[in-house]
Amino acid sequence: MSNSPGLALAGQPGVNDDIGEETRLKLYHSQVVIREAEQRAFDLFLQNLVKGTSHLSLGQEAIAAGFGVAMQKGDLTFATYRGHAHTLARGVPVEKMLGELMQRDNGLMRGKGGSMHLASEEHGVMGSYAIIGAHLPIACGAALRAQYRGDKDVSVCFFGDGTTNIGAFHEALNFAAIWKLPVVFVCENNLYMEYTPISEVTAVEHPAADRASAYGLPRIVIDGNDADVVYREAQKAFAKARAGDGPSLIECMTYRHSGHSRADPAKYRPEGELERWKEKDPIKVYRARLKQFGISDEAVKKIDAEVRKMVDEATEACKAAPEPSTDILFTDVYADGGWAWRN
Amino acid sequence: MAEITYRDAVARGIAQEMARDPDVIFFGEDVAKAGGVFKATVGLYEQFGPRRVRDTPISEQAILGAAMGAAMTGLKPIAEIMFSDFIAVCFDYIANEFPKSRYMTNGQTKCPLVVRTGNGAGSRFGAQHSQSVENWCMMIPGLKVVAPSSPVDVIGLLAAAVRDPDPVIFFEHKSLYAVKGEVPDGEILDTLGTAKVLRPGKDATILALALMVPRALAAAEQLKAQYNIDCEVVDVRSLVPLDTQTILGSVGKTHRLFTVEENPRLCGWGAEIVSIVVEEAFYDLDAPPVRITTPHIPLPAADILEDMVLPTTERIVETVRKSLNS
Repeated sequence: MSNSPGLALAGQPGVNDDIGEETRLKLYHSQVVIREAEQRAFDLFLQNLVKGTSHLSLGQEAIAAGFGVAMQKGDLTFATYRGHAHTLARGVPVEKMLGELMQRDNGLMRGKGGSMHLASEEHGVMGSYAIIGAHLPIACGAALRAQYRGDKDVSVCFFGDGTTNIGAFHEALNFAAIWKLPVVFVCENNLYMEYTPISEVTAVEHPAADRASAYGLPRIVIDGNDADVVYREAQKAFAKARAGDGPSLIECMTYRHSGHSRADPAKYRPEGELERWKEKDPIKVYRARLKQFGISDEAVKKIDAEVRKMVDEATEACKAAPEPSTDILFTDVYADGGWAWRN
Repeated sequence: MAEITYRDAVARGIAQEMARDPDVIFFGEDVAKAGGVFKATVGLYEQFGPRRVRDTPISEQAILGAAMGAAMTGLKPIAEIMFSDFIAVCFDYIANEFPKSRYMTNGQTKCPLVVRTGNGAGSRFGAQHSQSVENWCMMIPGLKVVAPSSPVDVIGLLAAAVRDPDPVIFFEHKSLYAVKGEVPDGEILDTLGTAKVLRPGKDATILALALMVPRALAAAEQLKAQYNIDCEVVDVRSLVPLDTQTILGSVGKTHRLFTVEENPRLCGWGAEIVSIVVEEAFYDLDAPPVRITTPHIPLPAADILEDMVLPTTERIVETVRKSLNS
């Protein structure tokens, strides 16, 4: 990376700025990994190789990537059932993610969790939660531990716009605020609560940000399709949390290119809406950004090719992987490793 | 040795564990400065301070969710849900989050926490503050479920629950808080998953839990004195893990089984135990097992009505006597 043309422009105004080339390439790389892996998940679903359900983040990559790159080792991710992106953004191998979606033995949880429950504690991914709102209080608890022990990690909790209308959202915001917990709540507002426009079922225009004042927090709405914007906002929120100044609530405006889940063709969207948002596709936005900062097409293409190759290899590895052993059926119900509820 | 109340035993048990392990923290509604609405946690805030003993808002989901997040990342939280009826508003954590995270993540996630909650009737609080809901929790794979009946068991089982690596739902009976019992000095540590034979007998086994235990013991004394029926009373104490060996051993000796359950009849804990006994010890039985339960109705508030629906000593005596004489 140090040989790429970006460095030659160092010193020029607006070029080697606060983010810089190295981080920008990480941001791009992370978005491309998510894009390619999610697209592959969709393709594998069409081949009936991804089982169960799946909820893709196509079009929303900049948020997971922006936060993921800003997070430090030890910071904790709490994701939703739409959590492939946030899991990958912490460095979890694509093979492990796809393996879980394909319910193979090489998956993150060897097929015991499935698409909606990705977790990789070694990467700080503390789980993907499929009951709306459940993980906001859980993230508060992890942050309470950090505060209690004097640990400097931040808990980052991602959720959709629909989550802002469930009680746990409000309980968690209040909890985090009264105890000044080092937690960052990230609302990905993709305009739709499953199949229903969020505006039709929410009393305020911005479902997260317009509620922030109820918890003494600043109103933050950002362009969630611009990884630079996301990254900068994440940095601010993390600095605040690490300084002991409490939680943040950040509403990121974005759009999912696919339906809610694999069962949803998203026919409820008005004509032209998807096309308008595709003009603001985060990958497209970021390629232009890299160009603007003098990073060569070759560097970009190299990343694209490497990621594609990696996803291809991961796909083949998953196809070749065995199904999970039935030996794991009765393991890890309890901490002793087993499932015994009686003597 | 000292005589203390069940209520004081709660505070002593928590204090014992907090003094032993700095990872133990405790929070809930009104538990800190006020010492709990049942005064079961008096003195803990003064002893351990505001970092470790915290008052929360009325946010049961946040209380249990925060306990889980703290437990997953290394603490050993004790969370209080003031009335066990309120488990219904945070049931997601009890049913979906605590017990399934370890399994779903193929063993990556741990959840060592204790939820303490005031359970049961007798306070004339009506249908939403009086229920016995231990069976709501018993049916969920991944949880442990405990309900002590005496001060010494409160301390010992609470200590065991705090030290246990799994999520434990700890049911304290509101009508037992004022009951006194002898408690040894020093550290007390019991074992989850162990029933206790409180009164040996040869004619019938009576299984009971929490408030039903003193009633079963009183019934056994009456049955002996008035009818010369010698009952063995077993305090089940722990629904999960369930000490089936002690139960089956007792039935093997007495050949008769009665359960005394405060939960409403359908899917009450006794139903599971009876099915185990019938499946595994059918030929030990001299007669069909009999369940003595609260009927399948919401609980009324008026004292005369509430007293009618809970299993009483008299109802236990009559049921056992009639069954053995038939």
